[in-house]
Amino acid sequence: MKSVCFYFQVHQPHRLKLYRVFDIGRNSNYFDKLKNKQIMEKVAKKCYLPTNNLVHQLIKATEGKFKVAYSITGTALEQFEKYVPAVIDSFKELSDTGCVEFLSETYYHSLSFLYSKEEFKKQVEMHRAKIQELFGQTPKVFRNTELIFNNELANYIEGLGYEGILAEGADHVLGWRSPNFVYRPKTTQKIRLLLKNYKLSDDIAFRFSNRGWKEWPLTTEKFASWADAAEGITLNFFMDYETFGEHQWEDTGIFNFMRHLPKELFKRNMTFKTPSEIIKNEPIAELDIHSPVSWADVERDLSAWLGNKMQHAAINELYALEKSIKNSNDAKLIQDWRKLQTSDHFYYMCTKWFADGDVHKYFNPYDSPYDSYMTFMNILNDLAIRLKKEAGQGIRITERPSMLINR
Amino acid sequence: MFGWEFPPNNRGGLGTACYGLTKGLSNKGVDVVFVLPKGASKHSHLSMINANDLYIGNKKIRLRYLDTMLMPYLTESEYEASLKGLCAGNGSAGELYGKNLFEEVMRYAEKAKIISMFEDFDVIHCHDWMTYKAGIQAKQVSGKPLVVHVHATDFDRTGGNPNQMVYDIEREGMHAADRVIAVSNFTKNMIASHYGVSPDKVEVVHNAVEHKNPAPIQKLASSDKIVLFLGRVTLQKGPDYFMEAASRVLKIMPDVKFVVAGTGDMYRRMVDRAAELGIAKNVLFTGHLSGDDVDKAYSMADLYVMPSVSEPFGITPLEALRNNTPVIISRQSGVSEVLPNALRVDFWDIEEMTNKIIGVLNYSNLKDALVENGQMDIRRMSWDTAAEKCLNIYAGLTGKV
Repeated sequence: MKSVCFYFQVHQPHRLKLYRVFDIGRNSNYFDKLKNKQIMEKVAKKCYLPTNNLVHQLIKATEGKFKVAYSITGTALEQFEKYVPAVIDSFKELSDTGCVEFLSETYYHSLSFLYSKEEFKKQVEMHRAKIQELFGQTPKVFRNTELIFNNELANYIEGLGYEGILAEGADHVLGWRSPNFVYRPKTTQKIRLLLKNYKLSDDIAFRFSNRGWKEWPLTTEKFASWADAAEGITLNFFMDYETFGEHQWEDTGIFNFMRHLPKELFKRNMTFKTPSEIIKNEPIAELDIHSPVSWADVERDLSAWLGNKMQHAAINELYALEKSIKNSNDAKLIQDWRKLQTSDHFYYMCTKWFADGDVHKYFNPYDSPYDSYMTFMNILNDLAIRLKKEAGQGIRITERPSMLINR
Repeated sequence: MFGWEFPPNNRGGLGTACYGLTKGLSNKGVDVVFVLPKGASKHSHLSMINANDLYIGNKKIRLRYLDTMLMPYLTESEYEASLKGLCAGNGSAGELYGKNLFEEVMRYAEKAKIISMFEDFDVIHCHDWMTYKAGIQAKQVSGKPLVVHVHATDFDRTGGNPNQMVYDIEREGMHAADRVIAVSNFTKNMIASHYGVSPDKVEVVHNAVEHKNPAPIQKLASSDKIVLFLGRVTLQKGPDYFMEAASRVLKIMPDVKFVVAGTGDMYRRMVDRAAELGIAKNVLFTGHLSGDDVDKAYSMADLYVMPSVSEPFGITPLEALRNNTPVIISRQSGVSEVLPNALRVDFWDIEEMTNKIIGVLNYSNLKDALVENGQMDIRRMSWDTAAEKCLNIYAGLTGKV
């Protein structure tokens, strides 16, 4: 019998404030608390609270046959705790139903796997501890930031004791194969790989309200019949949780769509499973993914975060400071440095489709990728000054602040 | 077409725009007769209409000069001063020219009427206020449709305090026109809100830039960074905001050089202000630049700043980018609509202007990205596209394709 696996990503970064050259060496508050609070409150009201409520109702109405998985980043959790604790409470209630699974990821939604294994491991541990503390669950399945995945990651994650891992079911890695089966990544022994069915997932997440789409409007019947027609054992619907009420506004009918979807799927003999239930299936084949894939943009590679020279310069400098930051034993400094690792900061610097205006603009606090790069580099200059403890002296602004330290 | 100036004898972007547009039209096979004031120069006063032909694009552009003292960007007091100068050298000049700028505009219009009797044309296309009266006269004589092309309004030139007589002529021209062309949405909004013209009558045709190779890179002997202001040194162009930002940048980066290229009624004040701020040794005034010197100035600079208070379009940032120089542009400009890959500031936000100047001067990856992607924006623009839009407007008015 075929099952459906919903996994929702819940993430909010600590957005940076307008940090100018004049602030370097004088002011080390990098984050825009007011804006972050406003966004958390707004999205909680439009998406998190009503959607949690809907999921809870569906679980009750189906007597536990409706199941979902969440991956909630540490930066989102700590901002919920601070600004809208009701969201934490409602996730706890969902956890108590036993029908909701929490996945593992890096606490800071970072790209650390690509730059520092030591830091990556630390952030995975931090996130696991946070999930245990809040929801009393120990995650068994891992998903990396933005579904970035390759063999090496699977191998590393297996070494940390995880049983499953998620990735994008991109055409260029699957070829003729279907995403609707369980796979085993090359270079691993036991860990199971679940792949996003991006066609059906994106029908909901991106195309649902698009009136130019020939399938619009998307009814539950139509969608359930597509799901029914698909081959395989599992349909993995992975998407941002903000799809509900935020990317797709309530008046598009997205909540009603979800409300009626379970019974349409039941009618067609499909069930719901969480990732750790699906990975009990034996893998159908080995999958070899050498170059990193992700779920971003049409390219489904790393170019959204690491596609231009500004992005590379910013992230290389950030990780070049790692050793000195950690040696400082300054908790605040280390925390600030970690918050700067959140992938969103690099996403805002993306110039790929900037001229056309696109999804990169969503909640983007900057006028342009250039403004975002300047803000970030100004902050790195301040971090370097804090490390040198030389604030107040003549300030030399540089694109290589790590060179001021690592000499 | 009625205009004010044409390269190489131009003082501003209007001449450049008229050249680009006529070349684009010419490429599309349009015959253009371009009528412009000759300016009261040493040339003979006797011939009322001077003619010469210029080959640009596929077709011949016929230039027709009218002997008037109108000069682009002339203010009323400048006109009177220049008339006085002329009378001193030639006793009869006072009788030939209008006693003030407005009389001269009327005189130009009268002559335009005569020209339009001799020439054969389908559409009258006027560029900015000094030619509107001429366009209206030509329309009355010929019965041909009138297109008024707004490159700037007196609100832009004066920072929101237009001269009533100029305003009246502008308004009359826009209302008499069959269609109005605005160089940006910024200008279209201005026309709709200040001149009472229905937005439906106004079409936006963005300017473009001639694609040509950058000037050879010229660097000063020293390695000091150079920030450039290039334009008329007038209220509209915001040189005062540039100067204030310069003084703030120098507090953090004491070796930067600031170049002010251009002249205008605020020139003296800017020289004095640099001294007052104690930054005179870091600010260089070049006076008016033309021809190759303009490209050289861009290529010497590490950054071009256009802090205009109100800029209907603004071709200069495109010229800077063409010379591999990144730009910071005023948000109060039309060019920002077609240059997404540029840094933008509100002209009054000196702090942010300073922040961005310092960012570009220190972060080379930022500078490179701005140039590379800004040039991609430029490649999307062309005078042929602008000409195409004008042709569509003409076709709508004449029924001819």
